[in-house]
Amino acid sequence: MGLASNAYAQAPARAAASAGDAAFGARMLGEASGEQIFTRVCAACHMQDAKGAEGAGRYPALAGNAKLAIGAYPAMVVVKGLNGMPPIGAMLTDQQVADVVNYVRSHFGNKFKGAVKAEEVKAIR
Amino acid sequence: MNEPVMPMTKRDLLSMIGTAAGASAMYMAMSSMDQAKASDFKGPPKLEGDNKGASVLILGAGVAGMTAALELSRAGYKVQVLEYNDRVGGRSWTLQGGDTYTELGGATQTCQFAPGNYINPGPWRIPWHHHGLIHYCHELGVALEPFMQVNYNAYVHNTQAFGGKPQRYRHIQADFYGHVGELLAKSVNAGALAQTVSKEDGEILLEALRSWGALDRNMRYVKGAASSGRRGYDKEPGGGLSAVPEPSDPIDVQTLLRSGLWRSIGGNLQWDHLSTIFQPVGGMGQVAKGFERAVGHMVRKNSKVTAIQQDEKGVTVSYKDTKSGAVMKASADYCLCTIPLPVLAQIEMNVSPELDAAIRAVPYSTSVKVGLEFKRRFWEQDDQIYGGITYTDLPNSQISYPSTRYGDKGPGVLLGCYVGGAAGYELTASTPAQRVEKVLEWGSQIHPQYRGEFMNGVSVAWHRVPFTLGCFGSWTEASRAEHYKNLCKFDGRILLAGEHASYYGGWQEGGITSAIDAITRLHQRVIAG
Repeated sequence: MGLASNAYAQAPARAAASAGDAAFGARMLGEASGEQIFTRVCAACHMQDAKGAEGAGRYPALAGNAKLAIGAYPAMVVVKGLNGMPPIGAMLTDQQVADVVNYVRSHFGNKFKGAVKAEEVKAIR
Repeated sequence: MNEPVMPMTKRDLLSMIGTAAGASAMYMAMSSMDQAKASDFKGPPKLEGDNKGASVLILGAGVAGMTAALELSRAGYKVQVLEYNDRVGGRSWTLQGGDTYTELGGATQTCQFAPGNYINPGPWRIPWHHHGLIHYCHELGVALEPFMQVNYNAYVHNTQAFGGKPQRYRHIQADFYGHVGELLAKSVNAGALAQTVSKEDGEILLEALRSWGALDRNMRYVKGAASSGRRGYDKEPGGGLSAVPEPSDPIDVQTLLRSGLWRSIGGNLQWDHLSTIFQPVGGMGQVAKGFERAVGHMVRKNSKVTAIQQDEKGVTVSYKDTKSGAVMKASADYCLCTIPLPVLAQIEMNVSPELDAAIRAVPYSTSVKVGLEFKRRFWEQDDQIYGGITYTDLPNSQISYPSTRYGDKGPGVLLGCYVGGAAGYELTASTPAQRVEKVLEWGSQIHPQYRGEFMNGVSVAWHRVPFTLGCFGSWTEASRAEHYKNLCKFDGRILLAGEHASYYGGWQEGGITSAIDAITRLHQRVIAG
């Protein structure tokens, strides 16, 4: 397990440092399909239509995003995080990371070929 | 009912206590990682000497930016502040009746609270050791009042324990201390600690345990005057003929340990939860207003920074007026940038690869708060809960009762949810109406009055906040080791400040101390230059 997993393993303590409470949110998402992970986690920032949003900064659209062409890239972003994006892969199993990446790569108008496998996610961590 | 029921073996019991102590010890250690010391604030900076008419452009009018604006302008610097929002304060913010808030994705909420009611979507408490923030509150005329962190009559709640029935904090704390005290006393008396505690010290320890755990003359934690003196009575003492109190039954040790409810007690022994904790009278937005009175005239609002460029002579910032769409530029000798890192990472700027990497190395935590307004303060009237926090394993995580205007007969506002982690993301991904509905559903399991008394609600999910894209910078030991110094050090003519450039993740004190540290270094350079 690399940096990203270490990062999240400590997240409850950091949340506690700010928010101050032991039960500050569950660490793992629990059972969920790729679609459910998208609607419950990814959509928090990328929005339910996967079109992103813009304020002082922006959340990129996942719909029609050419950066999803190679599945390993979104898998890596989910596991490691990117810029302000937390390494949410730490809340997910390898299979869940693969499931959500594959879901996004095959929905919202995306039709990218080649599914990501759990073993590939494991190798990224 | 004089003895706790202990239907398990000694080994079971010790293993459970080991687990309990281990977990809470680990928790304390983890908590202290980011919170090791008191604020190193030693009073406002003394920026003496000739600043040669230097100018500083400050990006962001949160507490970090406004602290810097205040002290730099006092020292004679030419100061201008650019702010994205239509208000100052940043995360130091209060939502009250009539306020409108539009989150990313476009959902707009208009807070419908009655006059005087509010929630603080961001910071909501000021520990006594946040010397910098308290200093500026005092100086800027921001009135403070006590924030109730611990309320022994509030609840701790685990859906998997006590049939899902919430327990009073005082019962759990008194019984946990009492049982642990009794067990440790038994160990002392059995000579189990003879290797580490001398006979004389053992006598002292026994007396200490009796005092700490409310043990009886036989070193037992049992139903009686001593334990009820801590946890409260079944029938409270009265006057006259009905005066005789009836003691209450402690919870047995096995049930107590397995309930996991002792976790909340450890959390409240944290340094940043120790009394006294303050809140500004009228909400945290009063901190923003205090600074605004002092430096508001230096702030240009509705200004979205699009590029930050520096050369050997100065710094030029491009920004867009979010009302008119006009693109403009501002220049100064130096730039103090307090823009939250997820936003800054997207702004074109010519800085060193080290600073650029540091800006991209800090993910922002998720966090959601939901305020609920009810027709009456049933928590006070029905449950005798005056301020403080109820903790639950339900996804809302906690319920905080207002620490002000006790006994008010009008509508009251609860903080019905404050949560991060997986539940935080899920709430963030929901609509504001869905968030309120879920929080009502969870809270009803603790306060059945919820549905009948509910009036309206408002929510802030920090990953949907347009000016931060997250709640606060989330450092790890590894990322601090690699990037923290690079984030804080001078890069040409640019310096960063904000809670992300501090060891106070998510606290305003981090913004203030980082701003003071930054402008002190800036001033030293100007004087030396």
